[in-house]
Amino acid sequence: MHTRQLLDREDIRRAVTRIAHQIVERNAGVTGLVLVGIRRRGLPLAHRIAAALLDIERHSVPVGVLDITLYRDDLGLRGPAPIVHATSIPVDITDRTVILVDDVLYTGRTTRAALDALSDIGRPARVQLAVLIDRGHRELPIHADYIGRVIPTARDERIETLLVEIDHAEDRVVLVRSEA
Amino acid sequence: MGEPAIVPGGRRHVLDLDDFAAEEISAVLETARSMQEVLGRRIKQVPALRGRTVVNMFFEDSTRTRISFEVAARALSAAIVNFSARGSSVEKGESLLDTVRTIEALGADVIVIRHAEAGVPQLVAHAFGGSVINAGDGRHAHPSQALLDLYTIHARFGSIAGLRVVIVGDVVHSRVVRSGLWGLTTMGARVTLVAPTTLLGPAAYWHATWPEVTVTTDLDRAIDGADVVMALRLQQERQDAGLLPSLGEYRRRYAITAERLARAAPHAIVMHPGPMNAGVEITPEVATAPQSVIEAQVGNGVAVRMALLYHLAGES
Repeated sequence: MHTRQLLDREDIRRAVTRIAHQIVERNAGVTGLVLVGIRRRGLPLAHRIAAALLDIERHSVPVGVLDITLYRDDLGLRGPAPIVHATSIPVDITDRTVILVDDVLYTGRTTRAALDALSDIGRPARVQLAVLIDRGHRELPIHADYIGRVIPTARDERIETLLVEIDHAEDRVVLVRSEA
Repeated sequence: MGEPAIVPGGRRHVLDLDDFAAEEISAVLETARSMQEVLGRRIKQVPALRGRTVVNMFFEDSTRTRISFEVAARALSAAIVNFSARGSSVEKGESLLDTVRTIEALGADVIVIRHAEAGVPQLVAHAFGGSVINAGDGRHAHPSQALLDLYTIHARFGSIAGLRVVIVGDVVHSRVVRSGLWGLTTMGARVTLVAPTTLLGPAAYWHATWPEVTVTTDLDRAIDGADVVMALRLQQERQDAGLLPSLGEYRRRYAITAERLARAAPHAIVMHPGPMNAGVEITPEVATAPQSVIEAQVGNGVAVRMALLYHLAGES
């Protein structure tokens, strides 16, 4: 198994800061925004973007969490059901701008599930997508509005994001290639 | 976070709680909490079980359990078919297992079954290629009721271990009690069963399976400091069978009244699996008091049954 580090802690910090600046620019401020992190690693990233937005705009943006397990299209195809964790969004998303946050954008199926879940919860004015890594190989017509880093990958490679809040290890993104 | 990523247990059927470890019960309760959130959304339906078919086979009358499973299946986008024993081929003499094979051939994924005979769900589970959920069989088991009771207790207290739970009424004939005892003792509650001798059964019977349970005929003593007081429905047929001198006598010694409830812990909750005989095992005043979570139990039942249906779906 080969592993190669793609991003270190500083790279991730800079990427989050840049995404926050782009969000402010694109939305002309932060009024009416809600950050919604997709479980699990989208949530700490959403909190980090909110902290950066607070620094830039002196205005706090609410952060929610979305569990998309019940919207997956592969239940029963991959063995035992995944545990369903809480979805909790502290404000009504109707007529607001929701920024979905995830660590890696790959096939787009997770984003599709998240969009379905959001539309059951409310009717946002618009939805934007922020990801730390875009690794390509989309299977659905979905793209990200804010991207930390584009990393071309092969399908048999894996991207691992480690975030201190969840993994209790120093922040980093690694590319893992299993030897055939 | 340390939470398991997948549902533990790897189970195909839910026949009783005797084969549920604490970890699996906790997983069901956690999933049920997420389901409760779904039930509070603008659109109270998720696509998780789209394309699956759940068949309700109720050979005993039930309104709340049958409808609860029906609402749960619909909220998960499964198709639900209500099989009615009356007017079916079972009446024409088709055997139960033939009927089950027919239902399987018609494409059912899950059978939810209630039957007056203990053990019928097991029998069906052997014959059926999908999953079986026992919705009550004779005096044997009623696992989804026990789980919704655990959920209700957990929602109020944040944990179950160490709580003092008093169950009062017709315990010897009760499937709710048997499944409840498995769940409550597995989760570490201290349970006391209270009933007149004729409805209590011998202590040795209970202790053979649940050595830690307390058994008594004295409600006034048992209720002292209790955290949870659960009243059971008193069936009219028990009196007809001569197991009770009179309803008045039963009421005097075993009804949950405001005076008795005052002896329980100040934070105590009152539960009842329904349907209630208000004025017999519980006074109408207590049934609607702030301590009563009887209505919450019904709502929680949907979330817990969604969790069970969802957990089984991962295995098909």
